[in-house]
Amino acid sequence: MFDALGDRLDNVFKQLRGRGRLNEKDVEAALREIRLALLEADVALPAVKTFLSHVREKAVGEEVLKSLTPGQHVVKLVHDELIDILGGSLSPLKVAGKPPTVIMLAGLQGSGKTTLAAKLGAHLKKKGSRVILVAADLQRPAAIRQLEVLAGQAGVQFFSSPGETDPVEVARAGLEEGRRSADVVIVDTAGRLGIDEEMMAQVARVHGAVQPDEVLFVLDAMTGQDALHSAKAFSETLPLTGIVLTKIDGDARGGAALSATTITGVPVKFAGIGEKLQDLEPFYPDRIASRILGMGDVLSLIEKAEGTMSKKEAEAQARKVMEAKFTLEDFLTQIQSVKKMGGIGDLLKMLPGIPGMGKMSDIDVQDQDVAKIEAIIRSMTPDERNDPRIISGSRRVRIAKGSGSQVREVNDLIKQFDAARKMMKQMMKFGGGGGGKKGKKGFSLPPGLGL
Amino acid sequence: MNEIVLAGIVVGLLVFLLVARSVTLKRPSDADFEDLEELDEEEIDDEDVDVDAELVELEADLELEEAVEQALEEAEVEEAPPSRWARGLAKTRGALGNTLKALKLRDKMDSDAWEEIEEALIRADVGMDATERVLDALREAKTSPEELHDALRAELVSILEMGDTELVTRPGEVAVWLVTGVNGVGKTTSIAKLGRRLKADGYSVVLAAGDTFRAAAIEQLGTWATRLGVHMVKHAPGADPGAVVFDAIEHAKAKKIDVVIVDTAGRLQTKTNLMAELKKVHRIADREAGGVSEVLLVLDATVGQNGLSQAKAFQEAVGATGVILTKLDGTAKGGIVIAIQEQLGIPVKAVGVGEGIEDLENFDPQAFVTAMLE
Repeated sequence: MFDALGDRLDNVFKQLRGRGRLNEKDVEAALREIRLALLEADVALPAVKTFLSHVREKAVGEEVLKSLTPGQHVVKLVHDELIDILGGSLSPLKVAGKPPTVIMLAGLQGSGKTTLAAKLGAHLKKKGSRVILVAADLQRPAAIRQLEVLAGQAGVQFFSSPGETDPVEVARAGLEEGRRSADVVIVDTAGRLGIDEEMMAQVARVHGAVQPDEVLFVLDAMTGQDALHSAKAFSETLPLTGIVLTKIDGDARGGAALSATTITGVPVKFAGIGEKLQDLEPFYPDRIASRILGMGDVLSLIEKAEGTMSKKEAEAQARKVMEAKFTLEDFLTQIQSVKKMGGIGDLLKMLPGIPGMGKMSDIDVQDQDVAKIEAIIRSMTPDERNDPRIISGSRRVRIAKGSGSQVREVNDLIKQFDAARKMMKQMMKFGGGGGGKKGKKGFSLPPGLGL
Repeated sequence: MNEIVLAGIVVGLLVFLLVARSVTLKRPSDADFEDLEELDEEEIDDEDVDVDAELVELEADLELEEAVEQALEEAEVEEAPPSRWARGLAKTRGALGNTLKALKLRDKMDSDAWEEIEEALIRADVGMDATERVLDALREAKTSPEELHDALRAELVSILEMGDTELVTRPGEVAVWLVTGVNGVGKTTSIAKLGRRLKADGYSVVLAAGDTFRAAAIEQLGTWATRLGVHMVKHAPGADPGAVVFDAIEHAKAKKIDVVIVDTAGRLQTKTNLMAELKKVHRIADREAGGVSEVLLVLDATVGQNGLSQAKAFQEAVGATGVILTKLDGTAKGGIVIAIQEQLGIPVKAVGVGEGIEDLENFDPQAFVTAMLE
């Protein structure tokens, strides 16, 4: 979601890289770009200013100006500052000394509180907790029913007080129920606007009644400048302990996260990454900061990859690709492992740029295109997959028929696979990749990869 | 396809490389950046480095360095821009109203003043591009400080008045209004409000419960239908939304109902399969009713620049005819609709200003701009 911001900073620092020393003017130029990029990414103006003044203070310091690699220094400063504002390291949920742990959710209408309640419930259940969801949103029609259905899907307990019209009473009764039967009580509340005094007073009373261990502000990643106002209003009414950023699976740049953490001083704890109940992830400030800086979200990628293949397999495959010895058969295997990890398009977004190819994330990869490629390769015999040169005209017709595609498409695939293979070979040559000992020059991989 | 093949290979390779070398991986730390600083030494130490390749790269570096130096020198000769943002940083700013009042006292419009206006528009989520174009228009018109406030208002209002804000019905025939948008923007509530207004204006209405995905979405719309006293066509949760729309239109034709309002599941505009599903719903409605009268995109006023991406995607997929801007009763200004009107030509047709069923208003560009700039 922070990809575009990363592009901008990347451009700025590309100019700084390779220069001997950094002068104040360079810092100003970089910060001007950062300002623009942050604003385009929906970071609220006051948060942008706070951010820039912190970075600037450090960037124009003696140490940086005398450094041999000032560009890297500025990258590091910006990186650190982003991590810092986003909440430092990973922030786990608090657990009450004496159960049950009470978690209260609050936020604007439509930010995703009810869905989050169920996702958190499923997440904590997986960790072995007995969870109860308390339906204290009496405002929106069918909100109670929605939570009930989701609780059923998540396999956790559900509490509501039919007929009760005061959410404070519902929350109190839900907590009582939770004391008997659960380790974690999650209280869903109605969406409300920060300027609605009556509703804000009500949410404060709900808080007073259940004394939660965690008060999570639920924030839509697509929010613009208003993120700052609403986060401020909620943090003035409730002692927030964390933020949850929802809907980050869209293409919003998510600057709202920076705005909200800047004004509230509390960390982002979770991120909602999809519509399914398991689509909740701990929020990794360092990963997001890396994405901002165009380093790619490589660590998430590795975690995914390790779940789908062994180290040995990966090594063998990598060697084949680098030596340009890989075949369509290998390519098929490759597509499949990548698919298991969430699809080529998603992975592209996490990767850093590749020289000579532009930004990988600009390539629009649709699932059906990949499916077509798969179908064509699957319609080939093993011999054909290993040596596409033997694929004659009649074979092409057969393959096209078998895969439900046009002969032209089969031709294209064969031709382009060959071209891509050659290109890879060249890239690896340039990168001095033999065995992959130091791949630093062929690919601009982020620091820390040790390739 | 070429890009995809290549991308597939590159991604695969990188993934394999990463896993193969994951032992040495760690989270970015200070040490990593020190590594980077020591890059030069490392390269020399590394026996595997292809000397030729390194030479080529070094030469390229040198060339780049020279080019950058040269460019910078040229830039310095041309102009030495003061660090505007840095000076701006030291200032505290009030709302735009105050800014403009203060401006009137100034002798000339200096760059700071422009920047202050720029920031005020940005604070309203108008976005960088649209803001720049608005400012360009004002600069071109050589607006004087005294006229600036009025000129800015006039410019914004004129953009917003470009579109037709009428909601279209079809006398004697069934009009279909397809209500779309991303998750959580207020589609279902907006439908209830539209239904109430149509009824008050003497139209007959049927609601189609086309959000068969979200838990209890059908119940939520059903509650509103009951309160409104209008019929709702529904299928079971998880059913094909296209079939719901088909049935609703058949029902409307049989009962001579004026307007079918179709609820749809919230979908992020980047989800290709869900957007394809929406296209199908639109196709069915178009075929059965002989045209879709309105494709309304519901936008949350709190949305930032992503609102433009949403509008683009929904316009491409199903040809959005109008925006319903919701939650305008909060602190959010909803300025992105200016960029949407300007760039995509999609007008705002109604605004949501509260949780009550009557809290839907016609879009009034004058009032909107006043609220935005206050």
